[in-house]
Amino acid sequence: MLSLLADFIGELRAAGIPVSMSEHVDAARACEVIDLADRATLRTALAATLVKDGGHLAAFDTAFEVFFALREVSASEGDDAGAELSGAPGAGEGPGPGRGAGGGGALSAAEIAEMIFAALRDGDAGALRRGAGEAVSRYAGLEPGRPVGGTYYLYRTLRSLELDALAERLRASVGAERGALGARLAEDEVAARLESLRREVERVIRERLVADRGSAALAKSVRKPLPEDIEVMHATRDEMAQLERALRPLSRKLAVRLARRRRRRKRGPVDLRQTVRRSLSTGGVPLDLRFKPPRPAKPEIFVVADVSGSVASFARFTLHLVHAISSQFSKVRSFVFVDGLDEVTHLFEGVEDPAEAVARINAEADVIAFDGHSDYGRALSAFHERYARELTVRSTVLILGDGRNNYHETHAEVVADLRRRAKAVYWLNPEPAAYWNSGDSVIAHYGAHCDRVVECRTLRQLEAFVGELA
Amino acid sequence: MSLDPRAEVAERLGLAEVPPARFASPDEVRERLAKSDYLSDAAIASTTFLADRLAKPVLVEGPAGTGKTALAKAVAEALGARLVRLQCYEGLDESKALYEWNYRKQLLRIQAGRTESGGAEEWRALEEDIFAEEFMLTRPLLEAITAEDPVVLLIDEVDRVELETEALLLEVLSEYQVSIPELGTVRARQIPMVFLTSNNTRELSEALKRRCLYLYVGYPSIERERDIILARVPGVSGALATRIAQVVRSLRELDLKKAPSVSETLDWARTLVVLGREEIGDEEAAATLHILLKYQTDIERATKELLGGRARA
Repeated sequence: MLSLLADFIGELRAAGIPVSMSEHVDAARACEVIDLADRATLRTALAATLVKDGGHLAAFDTAFEVFFALREVSASEGDDAGAELSGAPGAGEGPGPGRGAGGGGALSAAEIAEMIFAALRDGDAGALRRGAGEAVSRYAGLEPGRPVGGTYYLYRTLRSLELDALAERLRASVGAERGALGARLAEDEVAARLESLRREVERVIRERLVADRGSAALAKSVRKPLPEDIEVMHATRDEMAQLERALRPLSRKLAVRLARRRRRRKRGPVDLRQTVRRSLSTGGVPLDLRFKPPRPAKPEIFVVADVSGSVASFARFTLHLVHAISSQFSKVRSFVFVDGLDEVTHLFEGVEDPAEAVARINAEADVIAFDGHSDYGRALSAFHERYARELTVRSTVLILGDGRNNYHETHAEVVADLRRRAKAVYWLNPEPAAYWNSGDSVIAHYGAHCDRVVECRTLRQLEAFVGELA
Repeated sequence: MSLDPRAEVAERLGLAEVPPARFASPDEVRERLAKSDYLSDAAIASTTFLADRLAKPVLVEGPAGTGKTALAKAVAEALGARLVRLQCYEGLDESKALYEWNYRKQLLRIQAGRTESGGAEEWRALEEDIFAEEFMLTRPLLEAITAEDPVVLLIDEVDRVELETEALLLEVLSEYQVSIPELGTVRARQIPMVFLTSNNTRELSEALKRRCLYLYVGYPSIERERDIILARVPGVSGALATRIAQVVRSLRELDLKKAPSVSETLDWARTLVVLGREEIGDEEAAATLHILLKYQTDIERATKELLGGRARA
């Protein structure tokens, strides 16, 4: 058990969850006082001792599923009593016999469909597990030894189960509901039941893959990045939803942290008048120095964001984050462009939640002047022409974009002039630095005139940069 | 792995004997909490069980109104222990959290002593005298440490204190002791159960997290929510409770500014019972949605999504 635990912690660390030595010891101690055969309790015990951040629980669960998968005793009875913990010493090197893949085929397609339908209708977890096991045996077509994470098998199984038809039958079984609310509730109920089927199938596939290739190998295939480490530019739809969820608490935390920092720096220069006034009570000896309240120079921020397809989500996140902490700046003005440029500052005014304003940008901003492909040269020239006069030594300009100019003219000289007028010009690039200046990326031309070009692939990097700015 | 963690802590504290374990199994935790009207789930029960066995504090995190504070209260009730509560806020300091010298009483003592003849000896005795426990005002942390009767310590909303103040808690959390310069170290006379809650408005320090077990309390599953409603709202029928839980689940799926919490769900259930409703149709929902949702935009959104855009009745 101890060596299995050590391997498991190794996997957590590889997934980006920090686990300290003392937490490792706690986990080992926790294992001594609980009933190890009770899988749910083991999961909680490990989660409570090893994971200290709600956002990391999803990654923990994935790793746990793989390392402590229930090994099926036989494909047709997935009984808890007969199941044991996999990953006992030696399971990593010598995968158990692939009983899962061979045991199925006994039931016909119609029987499986009926079994799953009945299980979903009655909310019978045991029957659902058996049904999912049968379905995977029949449809997934597991190929032993292939280094995959199982997404494809999942897709194949679910497609064969014809979820739409299943949903239809479930809807009929839930019964007709009166009113709009009833209809919606029935719909959500069906969706929740189908989701439970999907999870069950996914779990069965994981189990079989573990049996086939061992925990360590599979863990590597299914490892998912933590929300703050997801690459914004290449996020899948699921990951995008995770990012959206992570952004709100992130920006709130950043705002709180910055506000605290500002309040703590409370020493301005010595206030002579107050100090002398105070010294009267100590016979003219200035024992108690008084300080003027600090007047921190709050910067003005001009955000100029490329919102063309490839980098739109990155621009949305950045605008959201900057506006969420706008109290830290004396002024925030936002501009978006593709090949034309439009100011969107007014969308953020009087809106409590920046997310709403960001959502309106797409519909309301007028950013396309010609063909709808990014043209940095044209857009930045337009910005320079219309707004350069308003830049002062207190303004910071943030340009967001991948610098992929579709082979248009760069007009890098306008950036040079912006820098002369402003306090600083930063370029945030969501592409990995390795890809810069390849293909139509002309980031080096612009970068030469910026104070810094910052790689912002993930929320973590973005947060770090914005935090520095304020 | 040699020593039982409880025995280790007991030895360090100099307790005469290792206190008996409070719970025999996670299931027992669950049953006893249920008797105090707190419906736990597997994670809550086993983490509470572990907290006792490993003699470690529990850091409870999760959205507002999911029963984090209620958990500590229920554990205290189940154990028949006194709940000592430290409500955190910005600007909380030692004198509010740990202890403070009762300087008025000290002054009185000094003045009372003046009538006697003075001298260096005299003064030293006096000094020893006025820095005794008698002249100390104990605040929640010290109170929990020095208590003779069983206590459960609740440090509520720990994310509200500044990062520096967090350090104050560390000694109490890991060693169950408080160092007072004038008196020396005060050790606990028992191993108290400690719960910290956080609404996650800021990242807590690594040092604090490392000393605690972590428990994330999210929104309950639909079955558990129904049971909570049944347990906490008198006069509610099973069908209505199921219905309420379903509506709330659908609402939480929407992208709302503030999803309905368990306590708001309970408020809603009570309202429906008071109004004498046995069913939730479109009318009832539209008329009472504002109990669940606190933002106008959320209400509009929910009305549009769930009720098909009906205007509010």
